[in-house]
Amino acid sequence: MKYLSEFRNPEAAQNLALKIKEVTKRNWTIMEVCGGQTHSILKYNIDELLPDKIRLIHGPGCPVCVTSLEMIDKAIEIASQPDVIFTSFGDMLRVPGSKLDLLSVKANGGDVRMVYSPLDAVKIAQSNPDKKVVFFAVGFETTAPANGMSVLRAKELGLKNYSILCSHVLVPPAIEALMSGFNSSINGFLAAGHVCTVMGYEEYLPLAEKYKIPIVVTGFEPIDILQGILKCVTLLEEGKNIVENQYSRVVRKEGNLAAKEVIKKVFEITDRKWRGIGLIPKSGLKLKDEFSDFDAEKIFDIKNLQVDEPEVCIAGEVLQGLKLPIECPAFGKECTPENPLGAPMVSSEGACAAYFHYKKVKIN
Amino acid sequence: MCLAVPGKVEEIYEGTDLIKMAKVNFGGVKKDVCVAWIPDLQVGDYVLVHVGFALNKIDEKEAMETLRILKEMGELNELDQSNESEQ
Ligand code: SF4
Repeated sequence: MKYLSEFRNPEAAQNLALKIKEVTKRNWTIMEVCGGQTHSILKYNIDELLPDKIRLIHGPGCPVCVTSLEMIDKAIEIASQPDVIFTSFGDMLRVPGSKLDLLSVKANGGDVRMVYSPLDAVKIAQSNPDKKVVFFAVGFETTAPANGMSVLRAKELGLKNYSILCSHVLVPPAIEALMSGFNSSINGFLAAGHVCTVMGYEEYLPLAEKYKIPIVVTGFEPIDILQGILKCVTLLEEGKNIVENQYSRVVRKEGNLAAKEVIKKVFEITDRKWRGIGLIPKSGLKLKDEFSDFDAEKIFDIKNLQVDEPEVCIAGEVLQGLKLPIECPAFGKECTPENPLGAPMVSSEGACAAYFHYKKVKIN
Repeated sequence: MCLAVPGKVEEIYEGTDLIKMAKVNFGGVKKDVCVAWIPDLQVGDYVLVHVGFALNKIDEKEAMETLRILKEMGELNELDQSNESEQ
């Protein structure tokens, strides 16, 4: 595949690591925002190539992990209704709600289906006119335009039986929340390449200035991440609080204008509760009123859900980079990918699952 | 969920009014992908695909530029060789 092997070249990785060592003079804490990058970092042992002075902490960038418990419970409640076909990306199916997950709804006879694309959910609605088809629209800015397109497509087809349960989240308000909160030990960010493919990186310029942090838009291959770290450390050592783009083979400053246009057309900004973190103002997207016929929350009247997180789970601290998964007392014991207690253990991009798969941690 | 994968555009076809489609080859596995957001797409281009939608073209010039910088730093000696095998 074009431009994959070059960006996985082990020799180049070693050399970049040496370069990072050379440049690093002081202690720096760098957060990678995206769960996909966390996954690569642990898979390719990138953290172990770095000098001790650099601490990588893992951010809240896994939409599966940060979808609020209430939203999961709403999904479960809707999926349990007899006339519903509930569709979702595969990784949402095993996320524990307060009592069940979507897979157990399926096991109990519910019609829960995994789809590869939201357009597949629209097709299911087309061929099942007697059922209500609901798509669980989660994800960051990368996924929002695709999910928005499914609504536009359903409208174009005149479908009356398609809706989305919308739980989109946005990256810049999360960075803002992390920086303005108590966790200000972060010196720099690696911004998520695929989010920026859609959004560009103009939104990060005021953040870099306001919080005096360099932000480097970074890809997902080992060379991308090492290069992102090298750029970030170089900026830190030079005292430059600017935004740089390591992932220029895909990301343009303005992003993808057509995809951004879909977001603007279909969604508006709303406050959103993040699992384990709490409410972050203006950090989510919801459907505009003119699309309320496609809004599952308006179609299905679900209120008064009682939700309780398992007490032992420290997902909130893990998602804010305050603690490592291995510091959780349940890690690898009560909580494993087969039997996850919290969301970061479910999705392969979740920090707990990444540690479980790739770190040879001794569990007492 | 936010990961996207690169693939090669083998055929572009008109889908519905809203949705221009393409057949994209991911190292042997072919899928139908919506390419509505990439107006100047051509057969043979590489695109980054996420949940059935192409997010952007992979810019060959920019990719080569990144690799050139690495090479200049003496860090990617096998670049020429690996490039040839990709053609
Ligand atoms: S290991 Fe499990 S219980 Fe602990 S923080 Fe991670 S998801 Fe929660």
